[in-house]
Amino acid sequence: MSESLLRADHLKKYFRSGKGNVHAVDDVSFSIEKGKTLGVVGESGCGKSTLGRTVLRLEEPTSGNVYFNGEDISGFGRRRMWEMRQKMQMIFQDPFSSLNPRMTVSEAIEDPLILYRLCPDREKRAKRIAELMDTVGLAQRLTNTYPHELDGGRRQRIGIARALALNPEFIVCDEPVSALDVSIQAQILNLLQDLQKELNLTYMFITHDLSVVYHISDEIMVMYLGQVVEKAPSEILFANPLHPYTKALLSAIPVPSLHNRRTRMIMKGEITSPIDPPAECRFAKRCGQACDRCFREEPHLFEAEPGHFVSCHAVEKGL
Amino acid sequence: MRNENPQLPPGAEKKKSRFGDTWKRLAENKAAMAGLFFLLFLIFMALTADLFFDYQKSCVDLNIASRLQWPSAEHWFGTDEFGRDMFARVVFGSRISLSIGFAAVAFGLFIGGIMGAVSGYFGGAIDNIIMRLCDIFLAVPMMLMAIVIVAALGTSILNLVIALAISCVPIFARIVRSAVLSVRDAEYVEAARAIGGKTGHIIFRYILPNCIGPIIVQTTLRIAATISNIAALSFIGLGVQAPRPEWGALLSGGRNFIRDSSYLATIPGICIMLTILSLNLLGDGLRDALDPRLR
Amino acid sequence: MTEKEKTPPALWIRDLSVEFRGRNSTVYALSGLNLKINKGETLGLVGETGAGKTTAGLSVLGLVASPPGVITGGSISVAGKEIIAPLTGDEAELVRKRWGEKKHRFDPGVKRCVSEEEMMEMRGRHVSMIFQDPMTSLNPVITVEKQISEVISKHTDVSGSEALRRAGDMLELVGIPRSRGKEYPHQFSGGMKQRVVIAMALALSPELLIADEPTTALDVTIQAQVLDMMKKLRDENRTSMLMITHDLGIVADICDRVSVIYAGRVVEHGTLSDVFDHTLHPYTKGLFASLPDLENRETRLKPIRGLMPDPSIRYTGCPFADRCDEASEVCRKEAPPVYHRTEDHMTVCHLYRDKADKKGMRET
Repeated sequence: MSESLLRADHLKKYFRSGKGNVHAVDDVSFSIEKGKTLGVVGESGCGKSTLGRTVLRLEEPTSGNVYFNGEDISGFGRRRMWEMRQKMQMIFQDPFSSLNPRMTVSEAIEDPLILYRLCPDREKRAKRIAELMDTVGLAQRLTNTYPHELDGGRRQRIGIARALALNPEFIVCDEPVSALDVSIQAQILNLLQDLQKELNLTYMFITHDLSVVYHISDEIMVMYLGQVVEKAPSEILFANPLHPYTKALLSAIPVPSLHNRRTRMIMKGEITSPIDPPAECRFAKRCGQACDRCFREEPHLFEAEPGHFVSCHAVEKGL
Repeated sequence: MRNENPQLPPGAEKKKSRFGDTWKRLAENKAAMAGLFFLLFLIFMALTADLFFDYQKSCVDLNIASRLQWPSAEHWFGTDEFGRDMFARVVFGSRISLSIGFAAVAFGLFIGGIMGAVSGYFGGAIDNIIMRLCDIFLAVPMMLMAIVIVAALGTSILNLVIALAISCVPIFARIVRSAVLSVRDAEYVEAARAIGGKTGHIIFRYILPNCIGPIIVQTTLRIAATISNIAALSFIGLGVQAPRPEWGALLSGGRNFIRDSSYLATIPGICIMLTILSLNLLGDGLRDALDPRLR
Repeated sequence: MTEKEKTPPALWIRDLSVEFRGRNSTVYALSGLNLKINKGETLGLVGETGAGKTTAGLSVLGLVASPPGVITGGSISVAGKEIIAPLTGDEAELVRKRWGEKKHRFDPGVKRCVSEEEMMEMRGRHVSMIFQDPMTSLNPVITVEKQISEVISKHTDVSGSEALRRAGDMLELVGIPRSRGKEYPHQFSGGMKQRVVIAMALALSPELLIADEPTTALDVTIQAQVLDMMKKLRDENRTSMLMITHDLGIVADICDRVSVIYAGRVVEHGTLSDVFDHTLHPYTKGLFASLPDLENRETRLKPIRGLMPDPSIRYTGCPFADRCDEASEVCRKEAPPVYHRTEDHMTVCHLYRDKADKKGMRET
């Protein structure tokens, strides 16, 4: 734990809406060791993207702290945060909308270099751009093309090159492959893994795709309506899911094979509203194992086995 | 994969200057080029008018003997009720119409553009203040406002420009604001913040280039509208003062003779129409040429 | 077997070619597509972006946007009824005389065998389509039950109140309480909207349902619910189904047979166990290898190299040759032959040329 590069402490992000506060991220704590990948899975609206943005302070947290290399960055002023941003980058979900349509490939990659005055010399900058394009596997002939002329996979490579331009230590990957075709998705996943090894990068990998998150993460955090319901090393989580939601999620993965098929757990019922939720288990209404206590008391994360955290009354009782 | 000379990779599309690229694509658009050449021709005529005509003789002196002559080889556009050559008057008139039109719109675009960009990008209270201010301006009829301003400051070309520019400001502020709003929440803007982009950089590199389309179209339309507003103001005597020729003034002057000497009103009218048409064609062409997605 | 031969296939597409003719370029969306769905069966049409999956679905319903889309050849029949048929020699001659070799605005290679009115009658009644995005296929200002009942009353003679009652039945069938029918689409979650769309598509129990990525916009757990429901309804009504998807997991779950489509043509076709356990075509193999392994997370992914094929190129050889590790010279030059491993399982690939069908059969 001492080597953790990034640590979030009781992070909360509420959005105000007409009816009350939307608890997008509600009291989330985690830490990521240097060179490792933390996977964040959950369904749409569970707050995983907001969590990623809050960690980078693209959204200001409502409360809680983020520590980077032991420093509390949540109190940083604009200037220091700007400097810090070099070390913490982001890769965006949709390669079709995350690039400025009026910038060529080289201009897009050049932009962060100009912003941080990393290569004031024009020639060196061109060299650095070529180097970055090489790193992410973009052919040099594409230098002066516009994003709309390229396919999704190549665009995502531009996004990765942009993030790498500043030599970051930590990258939040927000669904970087979900808009891509399977064959291209595998290319990008391999690229991300190679880069991690080569540059000793630390990832926070946000996705809704369970098979992808299993493949790429060292540790996985499952989110449901703004809260972490389960957190464990990947193998442990997939071999022995404890939380009923995780179980349902895993059973729902469409397996591309005719053998060892899982029996599906179909969830029933209404999804609890994220607007000022009451103090109860947020999954209780859809849970097959819910008991009285689940509707009276909010469960908290506890260590069910070494390194395996879960937030569920039923599991706690069963142990 | 690695390349010896990273600046000239093999097979790469040659790096074109942004201007050269835009020009090439504009040149492919025949309608836009026609508009551009007509405008250039007008500007050329306006600038060199003194070489061909004598201002005093053709626009001020009266020559009752040759009044109200239909177009002929001697007087291409005929003569007016005081016997002055209409062709010379139209050419001299274009100076005033075009310069006031362009100047007022440029001025209005500058102020309104900044107001709209600030308003759209920051939102919140600033947005509210600026937009309510614009609403107040829009609530007053544009002509009435121009009349008040000119009447208060006195009739002069500069005051006319100010009056017309002010009437453009709220329109541009609204257009730019809505264009900015439509791209402000685009993911690439957030991506720009993630790579450490500062506000000015984001507005000028990411937001404005992506809202240029509606702004250009609105600008050309405004120039056209402004030219006809000058005409209207001249008509009620608050615009350009006689004997200075101006298209609107010529048009309204010819109105009295529409029965027998219809050319007096039609020719300046056609000039205004062609100018507006050219501006619109050029504007549409520019919008398309500036958008790399339409290549 | 005998019964199968008697009843015509629910959908039979032969050699279908569709082009989109733009100002500067032509996109070849489908180039000789063959598909066959037997009555009561579900066929999975698997492929990636731009492979022509959606175009295939739309052409069955006669909904390919035209212009720019033109059907240049092939035939489509639904439950034995011809919708589109190739021109006979004489007709082709007539067309050539009238229009010359000019690029046609209309479909030059085929004739439509049903009028637009008949086609309209067919859509919804006999063939229905579910689109990917449930958010955009519902009218936001009409209540859900009204929308379903409109489909019913448009195609049948039932009274308005009867149609409304049947709409309520349909809602219950897809697991939505009847009482919620009075609500508007925005009051429903994504999964429920997609159920409404399905209810609408199945309201008149069509013989053929074309589902174009029906669960892609949904979350995994909701996707599981919707798929289960579709399976149940299909089995109850003996509906034939064309399931268009990019997800092999969904295919394994719901389909009887699979056609793998690449660059507008089917490269492999067979029953589930044929395609999943006896994979023949290198592209199909590549698709499986690209997926993360759920058993062992250390396995490195083996992506298919290269990019999607350029749809504006007309390939003479095999369109997959540039991305194929086993490609040889011949793959780039000659169109690949058809090989039937079993009666049902076929592939189009040069790897199996020695064993390929003698006469270059195209029948599926």
